Amino acid sequence: MALPLPSKGKRMSHPPTRLSSFAAGARDTIPMLIGAAPFGMIFGTLVTAGPLAPWQGQLMSLGVFAGSSQFIAVGLVAGSAGMLVIWFTTFIVNLRHMLYAAALLPHVAHLPARWRWTLGFLMTDETFAVMNGYYSRQQDSPYGHWYFLGSGLSMYVNWQTWTLVGLVFGAIFPQLQSLGLDYAMVATFIAIVVPQLNRLPHFGAAVAAGTFAWMLQDLPYKLGLTIAVVIGVSTGVALSRWRAGVRTDGRSAA
Amino acid sequence: MNNTWMILGMAAVTVLIKATIFGLGGRIAFPPLLQQALGFVPVTVLTAIIVPMVLGPHGEGLEITWRNPQLVASIVAILVCAATRKQLLTIAIALITFFGWQFGMLQ
Repeated sequence: MALPLPSKGKRMSHPPTRLSSFAAGARDTIPMLIGAAPFGMIFGTLVTAGPLAPWQGQLMSLGVFAGSSQFIAVGLVAGSAGMLVIWFTTFIVNLRHMLYAAALLPHVAHLPARWRWTLGFLMTDETFAVMNGYYSRQQDSPYGHWYFLGSGLSMYVNWQTWTLVGLVFGAIFPQLQSLGLDYAMVATFIAIVVPQLNRLPHFGAAVAAGTFAWMLQDLPYKLGLTIAVVIGVSTGVALSRWRAGVRTDGRSAA
Repeated sequence: MNNTWMILGMAAVTVLIKATIFGLGGRIAFPPLLQQALGFVPVTVLTAIIVPMVLGPHGEGLEITWRNPQLVASIVAILVCAATRKQLLTIAIALITFFGWQFGMLQ
């Protein structure tokens, strides 16, 4: 039996408070929390299968709080990559957060510094998506930053919890390691990459990066990975420009 | 110890990236070329990491054979993902295929 939900109109009639805005931000992030949970758990389990100590895995979730770069770092540590390669890879993989921050800055620029640093730290792909939607609906809500905090903090607590669950899971079933658990990371990455390959520049970028990663894999400190990424990105950019050029040519010829 | 420094360095890099623009409150304009290039970072990094793990899981040259469970499961994963676009379904079927194939080869 479903209880009747309060109508939208009724909810709107109460002016938003700090608490209600915080709760609304967390509530609107629930689908993202569910989506991130298995990845947090896979991350924690992967840590137990590699050279990192469990507390170092949790430290990474607490301090870095950026899923894809954490997965990549675990893979690189297992492949005994150099520290500088890991930091550089972290840098390029996480650079997109700057674009998110630049897009949302007009909505937080008026806040005190401690708010701005906190919300910046809590930025993720998911919270950016939620906040982008929120600010397009609510132009000037006085408690928008509490909504932001609700979304970001719920993602943060969720990520820590599922990392811990994965760490415990991996510790209870250590035999998972001998089965080749690192394949879970490969499967996760395939699921992220494949949906992007329907565009020619992305397809070309992936083929170039994969080919050079294979050919250069014996270079020290995983430098081959960095070179392969640079070649792949250049290929993607070149293909995009070539396509844009073809399109403009076609238009001017018509 | 080394790995702790590695993690703290990663955290410093990431916090700097995430919080600088909000923290300083200044406007930083990204050149369009950089924006375009950033769009290709995830797809290239992830591909560059997994291709060697799939094609030569033992680090001893190409293993393009049905006896390579990484390769078999990855082909299945690519097909499932291309057909359904469901991430968790792809991961689940890939893992089942991988572990099943490995188990089957031991028999």
